[in-house]
Amino acid sequence: MISQNFEYSAPNNLNEALALLAGGNAKVLAGGMSLIPLMKLRLAAPDHLVDLSRVADLKSIREEAGSIRIGAMTTHWEIESSPLLRAKSPLLAVAASNIGDVQVRNMGTIGGSIAHADPAADYPASLLALEAKVRIVSAKGERTLGIVEFLVDALTTALDPGEIVREIIVPVEAAGTGVSYQKMVQPASGFAIVGAAARVQKSGGKVSLVRVGMTGLAGKAFRATGVENLLAGTGGTAADVQKAAAVVADGIDANADLHASAAYRRQMAKVYTARALTQALSRAS
Amino acid sequence: MATTITKTETLVGKSIRRREDPRLITGTATYVDDIQMPGMHHACILRSPHGAARIRSIDIQAASAHPGVVAVFTGKDVAAVGPVPCGASLPGLRVPAHSILAKDRVYFVGHPVAVVVATDRYVAADAIDLIEVDYEPLQAVADPEKALAAGAPAVHPEWPDNIAFTYHQEGGDTEKAFKEAEVVVKQRIISQRLIPTAMETRGVVAEYHGAEKSLILHSSTQIPHLMRTLVALMLGLPENHLRVITPEVGGGFGSKLNVYAEEALMCFVAMKIGKPVKWIESRRENFQCTTHGRGHVDYYEVAAKRDGTVLGLRLKLIQDLGAYHQLLTPAIPTLSVLMMPGLYKFRNVNADIVGVFTNCVPTDAYRGAGRPEATHGIERMMDLLAAELKMDPAELRLKNFIGNDEFPYQTATGLSYDSGNYAAPLKKALDLADYHNFRIEQKQAKASGRLLGIGISTYGEICAFGPSPATPAGGWESATVKIDPSGKVTVMTGTSPHGQGEETTFAQIAADELGVPIDDIIVIHGDTAIVQYGIGTFGSRGTAVGGPALYFALQELKKKVRKFGEMLLESSDVTFVGGHCVHNKTGKSVSLAQIAGASYRAMKLPPDTTPGMVATYFWEPPNFAFPFGAHIVITEVDPDTGHVEIKRYIAVDDCGNIINPLLVAGQVHGGVVQGLGQALWEQAVYDDNGQLVTGELTDYAIPKASMIPWIESSHTTTPSPVNPLGVKGVGEAGTIGCSPAVVNSVVDALSHLGVRHIDMPLTPEKLWNLVHPGGQA
Repeated sequence: MISQNFEYSAPNNLNEALALLAGGNAKVLAGGMSLIPLMKLRLAAPDHLVDLSRVADLKSIREEAGSIRIGAMTTHWEIESSPLLRAKSPLLAVAASNIGDVQVRNMGTIGGSIAHADPAADYPASLLALEAKVRIVSAKGERTLGIVEFLVDALTTALDPGEIVREIIVPVEAAGTGVSYQKMVQPASGFAIVGAAARVQKSGGKVSLVRVGMTGLAGKAFRATGVENLLAGTGGTAADVQKAAAVVADGIDANADLHASAAYRRQMAKVYTARALTQALSRAS
Repeated sequence: MATTITKTETLVGKSIRRREDPRLITGTATYVDDIQMPGMHHACILRSPHGAARIRSIDIQAASAHPGVVAVFTGKDVAAVGPVPCGASLPGLRVPAHSILAKDRVYFVGHPVAVVVATDRYVAADAIDLIEVDYEPLQAVADPEKALAAGAPAVHPEWPDNIAFTYHQEGGDTEKAFKEAEVVVKQRIISQRLIPTAMETRGVVAEYHGAEKSLILHSSTQIPHLMRTLVALMLGLPENHLRVITPEVGGGFGSKLNVYAEEALMCFVAMKIGKPVKWIESRRENFQCTTHGRGHVDYYEVAAKRDGTVLGLRLKLIQDLGAYHQLLTPAIPTLSVLMMPGLYKFRNVNADIVGVFTNCVPTDAYRGAGRPEATHGIERMMDLLAAELKMDPAELRLKNFIGNDEFPYQTATGLSYDSGNYAAPLKKALDLADYHNFRIEQKQAKASGRLLGIGISTYGEICAFGPSPATPAGGWESATVKIDPSGKVTVMTGTSPHGQGEETTFAQIAADELGVPIDDIIVIHGDTAIVQYGIGTFGSRGTAVGGPALYFALQELKKKVRKFGEMLLESSDVTFVGGHCVHNKTGKSVSLAQIAGASYRAMKLPPDTTPGMVATYFWEPPNFAFPFGAHIVITEVDPDTGHVEIKRYIAVDDCGNIINPLLVAGQVHGGVVQGLGQALWEQAVYDDNGQLVTGELTDYAIPKASMIPWIESSHTTTPSPVNPLGVKGVGEAGTIGCSPAVVNSVVDALSHLGVRHIDMPLTPEKLWNLVHPGGQA
């Protein structure tokens, strides 16, 4: 990496890190999977990098009061392979297993990923479907935001200067919840052309809960409430799923690039939403 | 004297693991960027951000004053350095002046404008940002057909039509063939621009020894000796004052079969500053500045009889050359023309090439170099003809193959195909694919809405470049074999292996010929001060031309070994076997070490024999070699997404005799993967301003292991009569055979929807639109 000069700090604990970040011009280095390429191309040139890799507090997956709390510096691989997540809240583990490649999953972290807020990243779809919360800390204090509030726009989050993601909080799934993440992969980058996360519960033969998160389609990941509303309360038949998925792109200003036009992305959003819902329903009991 | 025979096992034909691999997989190999020298400086190059622009002024003051910067050079400083060489000569070829740094104009994004030399690479990169260039942007043209249109911007103002050359080749009477034809099929076929993407980017280290006025140039190249000749010429340096060393090379695929501006530029810098200087290409530079491949728009016409007999072939080939000629740029499409008839009895062919300048990085050799384009064209056309005739594509091919009794076969393009049995690999591949049952399964699948296809490609290629009269720089190859006084063997090859594994295969050949264990042999290449002149590794020539050179050097050496053996055993009734000369009557023997020792000690010499045990052979091949094969691909297209799944990939290749099946499998696999890259994912995209849109690996989709199907690789064996080893070359076969098999398969899957042709890459969106015309789901 032939970047511009920068100062580098690797604090050993959270307070030290927050004190360094309170100074102003520092940028957080988590797994570096997005920041380092940008610095390599000199598209990003931070004066000061604060590397959080030694902050042990930020690296954990633990269950607490009906939730699972995932430290910001937990790697994709740790999430993908977590027995706790696999058993009690598998959607995030499935999403993690879809990220990039093995090397990226060994280095990249969930906190770094969501703080970067790439509109085609894999996590946000699942975090939206899970109605996850983001616990934020700074030298001044801490606050917790819902993922919807956290993700402001493409590459923009609600983090203020000096703040970092401390942990991500997802619910322990009720028994019988079915989840799925379905992704059309952009073959060069491994990001999602579209990615749909679905989470459903059934009760008395009806869909009693449905959450759908969508990534890649628009300028930011979003919850497809239109789809959710159409499917909730139905029997969850194939026809119900198709009808609900058909509205996923309604009113959405779809992304267009070299790899997929807006029209094709909209169409694929429907297909992948239907596939995610179908699989989630098949796993729900 | 001992009578033990130590070695009887032969190694040629066996899957010996690559002797190169331990150093590669333990990270102890030395690439250019691993070279460290006392006092070494680092260079960074400022490149044009514009596809076309006039340079009004360059201000280097701030960069020069930047702490750590030793020198900044621009175009005016390097005026004495000769142009970047083009080795291809075609009648009437327009050759733009190609200086190593831009003078008053830039012609493509990435065009080198200035070089900063500093004490470290970071400082050099920082100082690049301090150079101020006042550009006057000009209209660019990046598409070859747009460049040919009236009123297009002129890439080089002196040639407003943007035509670098036209080239015509014909054989037979095409006009008559088309008049007599009962069927004519026509198709425009694109072989898109590709970025070779070697894992190791280019890199150069130059060191100047002022007292001796000599230069050592370390470069990641496929052609160290040619580079020495050409760079010495550019610099006006006596050739024997330049030594080129090729350290480990992390892939070339033709993109390092070249002499680039940076080699002479770093030599120039080293001479100016009197210190060693290193330049390592970034990945972005690699995409922008190292040659691309392909870049064809082809217009094909095939004339045939109703019974499927092919009569004539016409091709108008538009070659996107880019802004300049690199070493072989204009020659590459001529290879497409040579191979355009494929394996079929086309007696009447007519081809016109238009070489077109565009504001893009030059195209040049890339794995297959002209032959993948030709094979893609003819193999697509055979399928189009079969569809038109409602004939089975396998049957059409079998009907038109050159017969086994017709070799050597003179093609209408003037080649002499050496040997072949073209039906054999096709029949074998059809059996492996269970072709007839598959057709039944396919019919049922289509009835239930599944889009299942099968595609055939029966390719032929021209390899083993090649007879010297047919090549720009000589097409022979060289080898030296030395036996040390202790009996250990050193092979020096003029080829420059960079992944092909000749350190293993050449040791196998030498071990068998000399009857010594493979561990007694080392193979050296890629240092012009150690190895005799050679041509290099490209065009599937390493083993096919370098191998015979080694074979003949070994025969020369064996004659001398025998002479000394006869002298030591005091008899002419001697056999050289198993690393020993053995007296046929007494069974007494002398080992190679004893013989070699005697040859150096030279207490006594056989009649008319000199001391020492060294032989060098320069082998001139009498012809090219022509490998061939059949690839069959079964695909399924997802109607909802347009995604292609490769369900089976069957490759039956005939590359003549096989020295090492493991390495051949590796070459086939790698070749197929690069073919799949072109068929499914890769495309270098320039926008109308000449900006490279696919400028990074996040947008240019090279195949990754997880994207690749199982490759069912097998062989038929038709030895080449051209060389004593019977080998043909296999480095490019996989790539050449692959892309039409994939496209034919997908077109077959969609044929009932009226689809006749699809240009590569077969992106899901492209296919979805074919399955859902008008965008209706």
